[in-house]
Order: sequence, then C-alpha cells, then structure tokens
Amino acid sequence: MVQEDDASRATPLADRHQALGARMVEFGGWLMPLQYAGIIEEHRAVRTTAGLFDLSHMGELFVEGSEAASGLGYALTTEPAGLKVGRAHYSMICLPDGGILDDLIVYRLGEERFMVVANASNASIVSDALAERLSGRTVVLDDRSLVTGMVAIQGPLAAAILAPLTDVALADVPYYGIVQGNVVGVPALLARTGYTGEDGFEVIVDVAEIGRVWDAILEAGRPLGAVPVGLGARDTLRLEAGMPLYGNELGPDTTPFEAGLGRVVKLAKVGDFVGRAALEKAATDGPRKVLVGLAVRGRGIARHGYEVFSGDRRIGVVTSGTQSPSLGQPIAMAYVAPSEAQPGTMVDVGIRDQRVPAEVVSMPFYRRPAVLPG
Amino acid sequence: MVPKDLRYTKEHEWVRVEGDLATVGITDFAADQLGDVVFVDLPEVGRTVAQFTAIGVIESVKAVSDLFAPVGGAVVETNAELLTQPELLNSDPFGRGWMLRIRLDDPAGPDGLLDVSSYEALTSEA
Repeated sequence: MVQEDDASRATPLADRHQALGARMVEFGGWLMPLQYAGIIEEHRAVRTTAGLFDLSHMGELFVEGSEAASGLGYALTTEPAGLKVGRAHYSMICLPDGGILDDLIVYRLGEERFMVVANASNASIVSDALAERLSGRTVVLDDRSLVTGMVAIQGPLAAAILAPLTDVALADVPYYGIVQGNVVGVPALLARTGYTGEDGFEVIVDVAEIGRVWDAILEAGRPLGAVPVGLGARDTLRLEAGMPLYGNELGPDTTPFEAGLGRVVKLAKVGDFVGRAALEKAATDGPRKVLVGLAVRGRGIARHGYEVFSGDRRIGVVTSGTQSPSLGQPIAMAYVAPSEAQPGTMVDVGIRDQRVPAEVVSMPFYRRPAVLPG
Repeated sequence: MVPKDLRYTKEHEWVRVEGDLATVGITDFAADQLGDVVFVDLPEVGRTVAQFTAIGVIESVKAVSDLFAPVGGAVVETNAELLTQPELLNSDPFGRGWMLRIRLDDPAGPDGLLDVSSYEALTSEA
C-alpha cells in the first residue's frame, strides 16, 4: 500500500482529489492521484472521450531577455531560436558527457520570452542547470513551478469540452502550438501538447485559480464522458504512445540517440551547446544500446528492471511495461543491444523464474485513428 | 461486505472449507488495493503446496503480488476463467473470481486462519 510521505508536496487540487475518491501516491516529490475509478477505465476514457489530469507537479521555468533564444540554444540540444512565436518543440537538456538531465517542452511565448516545462522530479535540477548555463547573458530565469498550476484535458473530445470555456479559437491552435487567452475568465496559457497520444490541451494558470479551472473543465466534460485521470493511466497512455519517461527510458546514463530521440539533437546548429562534443562523438560511434518496443508473446507482463535475453545471452533490460488496455496484450519498452533491435527480432524476457518470448516491434504501440480538427 | 462463512489470512486470501476441500480466493479489500487485475498465474493441478508459501502471482496494471496458499494440500482445480478474464478478481472476488481448490492434507482442518471479525479488524486498521 502507498504510504503518505510527509516530505512530499500537496498539489493545490489535493482536496478535490480526495473528494473524488483518488488513491494518492508519491511521485517526483509530490503527492499525486494514482487513480480514481480505476486505471483501465480512466485510460479508455482518454482514448474514447476525454480525461482531465492534474499536472501541478510539473516544473514551469520562464526565460526572458534579448539573449533568451541563444542562451537556451546553448543550454539545450535543440534550437529554440528557430521556433516561431506561439509554437513549441520537444527538447533535451544534456550533461557535458551527453547523458540526459531531463526531457522538456520549450514553448516560445514571445520574441524574447520562453517557457520550459520540466519533469516534477527534475524541476529544481533543471532550474539550477539553466541558471548556470544562462549566467552572464542578458536573460532572466524565473522558476514559477510553485506558483503555476497546470491541468491537461486529453482525448478526442478535449477541444469540444474546452471550447465553450475559453475565448481562444481552439481550431486555430496547431499541434504543439500555444496561445495566451482566458479559461472561465482566468488568464491562461493554452498549449496543444500532451503525453497520451491523443489530441488535447495543457492549460497553465496561476496556482490560485487552478481549482476553478479544474472544476469548470470537469463539469463541462462529465456529460460527454470525461473523467479525472491519475498517474496510473497517464503511464499506460504514454507507454502505448511510445513516449519515454524520465527515470525509466531517460537518464544520465543514456544519450538521446540511444533513446531514439536523435532528432532533438541539433548538431547542425551554430555555436556550442552543453554536451555537443560528446554527442557528436556518440552520433559517430553509434549507440551502445537501443530503445525498442516489445510485444510480449507469452504469458506474463514485462516490467521495469526485468532482463532481456537472446538465447542464453543477456542483451538488455526492460525500462517500462504494462498490460496495454487498448491492445489487450502486454507491451514494454527495453534497451537492447543494437544487434537485436530490428523489428521482428524474437527475444526472451526474464519474468520471475520463466523466460517469456517477446517480439521487437516498432513504436508507437497505439496511434490515434485520426487527428480531429478544432 | 465480507462473507461471514469464510476464513481469512493476513495476506488477504479467503478460504471456504467444505469437507476436505478448500476453495481459495482473494478478498475485495485485496482486489481493491491491487486495482485492475490483468494477469493471474496459478499453480498446476496436482502440485502439493505448503501453507503460507507463495504459489501464484496476481498482476494489476501497476503492481505484482504473490498469492499465498492459505492451507496446505494438493491443488485439485484452478479457475480457468481467470486466464481470459482476470478482471473477475475485481468484479466478483468472492464468487466467479475464486482462484483454486486445494485438498487439505490435514483432515482436522486448517490452522492459523482468521475468522471474519479478526479479518475485518485487520482491514479496518489499514
């Protein structure tokens, strides 16, 4: 059973989670809802209608100034100077040796203003690293993680649920776009981003207003089938969508190339950036391990930490695994030797005292049927 | 909520003893704590199991739990429905979610089990 940890922070929506019957769990230094009605039911709601997530634990770091774009270009692997205002991209902050410190979304809010969203467990680490990497530049770093609230409404009906509550024309917000507007009269940033593989929005407001926004979206969504969704289904949703999780697939022992995310390392960009030399070498040398999807073909669920074998040789380790609610079969992500990473390769996963066959498959495991306009 | 005619373990199994046969499952408390059960691994029929040893596995979306034998004896039947419908452990833990039947090796009946009031006291503290 989950023990409450006195050291963890309560989300500003804690009372609401309790009233909704949530089971709470410590995650990234926060006490967050694990599930309400049940992981599978919540997962299916996001795939078929919509789900509402409390993301108050995420870190929001604002970077502003004439050297904001160039400074972030030095601090991160991507090139934020190339982003249009109102657009976002997925990025990484790497260590000098090329290992991953965190994965991020960088939003360009203005010519000289950016928002960087970091994982909960890494928010202060990323904040400190950015402060160090941006020092000496004409730029102000404002860590607003504790005064900013975020909720996400995700699923095929997300836009339909949010539209009546906001003055923003949601149809004009592209995937990975962000606009300033109002939600139930509360000034908000609305971003068409998420971590579920579905269409949806992340809504960022002052922490004092997050309760009103949560209540309004949930009330508007209930008649359409929307439910609150906890971290349990957030994990199964992102896994089906083939999205990595820091601490499982990503970490200081892994380069973006090994995680299959070499596209976010812009080696062609002008100027130095932290990790450049090591990442150039890694790109030339090739990966030591490769992140793959596994479809378990025998009985059992491959989970984090289970070993992967080819015959008697240990060739890797499972980083995440679950029973896929959408597919009705066990799926997993694993790091394996590059020689075993081709889709169609058969491997074995050590599940307790058994060797259970699994097939290397391309990701994502699940792709939504169509992108809905509006 | 908890049937009064059953006996229980601290590991949240229930046992119904009829003659020398014990039917075994997990309680609604256990099922609720596990969350959505998606996989069950049960011992082979014919295997002899010792009381309070791990004999199977129950996996929910989030967690893996051992199933312990509440009584010692020989496994005579397992619930084949759970192979394709493990969610029966959540929806009907005391009924269609039964897990296995064990022929008791002690004809005097099992020791060391909780009655319903002791079990309810245990779960109300949790």
